[in-house]
Amino acid sequence: MALRLSGVTRIFRPTHGDAVPVLEPIDLEVGRGEFLAVLGPSGCGKSTLLRIIAGLDRPTAGTIGWLEQGTTGEAEEARSIAYVFQDAHLLPWRSVLRNVTLPLELAGGGRAEAESIARATLEQVGLEEAVDRYPAELSGGMRMRVSLARALVVRPRLLLLDEPFAALDEITRQELDDQLRTLWLANGMTVIFVTHSTNEATFLAARALVLSMRPARICLDHRIELPTDRNASLRADPRFAAQAGILYQALLSGNRR
Amino acid sequence: MSAGWAVRWLPPVGSLVVLTGLAEVAIRVGRVSPLLLPPPSAVLAVAVSESPALLSASSGTAIAVLVGLGLSAVVGVTIAVGLSTSRFIERAFYPYAIFFQVVPIVAIAPLLVIWFGYGIRAVIASAFIVSIFPVIANTLAGLLSVDPALRDLFRIYRAGPVDTLFRLRLPAALPDVLTGLRVASGLAVIGAIVGEFVGGGGLGVVILGAMREQRTDLVFAAVGYASLLGLALFGLASLASHLSLRRWHASEKELG
Repeated sequence: MALRLSGVTRIFRPTHGDAVPVLEPIDLEVGRGEFLAVLGPSGCGKSTLLRIIAGLDRPTAGTIGWLEQGTTGEAEEARSIAYVFQDAHLLPWRSVLRNVTLPLELAGGGRAEAESIARATLEQVGLEEAVDRYPAELSGGMRMRVSLARALVVRPRLLLLDEPFAALDEITRQELDDQLRTLWLANGMTVIFVTHSTNEATFLAARALVLSMRPARICLDHRIELPTDRNASLRADPRFAAQAGILYQALLSGNRR
Repeated sequence: MSAGWAVRWLPPVGSLVVLTGLAEVAIRVGRVSPLLLPPPSAVLAVAVSESPALLSASSGTAIAVLVGLGLSAVVGVTIAVGLSTSRFIERAFYPYAIFFQVVPIVAIAPLLVIWFGYGIRAVIASAFIVSIFPVIANTLAGLLSVDPALRDLFRIYRAGPVDTLFRLRLPAALPDVLTGLRVASGLAVIGAIVGEFVGGGGLGVVILGAMREQRTDLVFAAVGYASLLGLALFGLASLASHLSLRRWHASEKELG
């Protein structure tokens, strides 16, 4: 097990107005190397959950535990978390290469070493030709790939993605889904992927969590019963539709309550 | 390219020729006393005949302006970084920054002479005081409006305050710093000339001397040189902005 959430609750308390409960007590265990999709309606609190796991937000109650806590220092643990936002959020004044070296620079690595790791990572996402270009000169899909490379360059043990491909067109999105799955199989990190698309969750994940409307609780914790080897043709497979249907039903019931 | 240049330069140059031509005719036909308003041709003649003196005066003013502006850039950005560290510090000290904006420079210029003596130091101080506020205000706005997701990114990678300042906040604020400097460049010329009125030197003294001799044409010629100086500085600041931002910032991308 890589991660354990016990009774994690979050209540927003605005300076004016009533307190807003966002997460009901959430208990969750995520196995090492698992690919977990988190589904839920817009604004249900799935991003909040991800931000709490990333350490960007603190739970109002409850704890988050790490398996490796005793064996490695906290700083080491933090460095092996990576986060991909809804939009690419690159630094516009840095070239593609220097955007990807950034996390290594912040960790205090040498420039030459950082650049060689960054080049190798950019190759993994198919951007070796674009290293000297600037974000403003790239398409949305390419920018997202840079963002993915920036996350992968630290060799994260936990990769958190918050609806990363939601703004892209269908074809680009499927390409990036394929690529992400390949990278996950190759690198073996734990992935938590927030999305509102049942198809994307079904295609990508080994396990899917469906959250209810705010305040979020877990409606369904479902192991996706599809082969590990997944390719584009799987999307037309009836088994795929059946799995996506299960998630869809859970989403509907969670919205109805 | 030649067509592009014509489209770009014909309107401003054309309007200049037409307007000065009209002024020339109106002044000559209306028999306005050259003591009140000399015709543009007379001003141009003085600007050429007195050009050695005017150029050397301009270079004196230019040095004071450049030093004052440089100080504004360094001190202004430093102050903005200090103010941006916390809301408390901003609330406590920003009013003093506004003081630089509202202070009537003409009123305190004599004070600068008392503090710094006659000469270029008082002139530099005057240029500095009037040009620092736009640098502080714009830089502060830029530092405070950094993309929150990028702040989160730096937090996830455990970046310290120094790394965050130099790798995120200052580069993100650069377009605003340059906008501030562009505004400041015009103000610095005003500040320097007011400083020269009381502290001596440069175009300010030429203007005062011409006024005492009732040489209105020379006053206009000196004003023309001062305007050109301001224009050149504005152009320099715009060029710096274009060169440093052209690959990433929306404000420079359309210019191409």
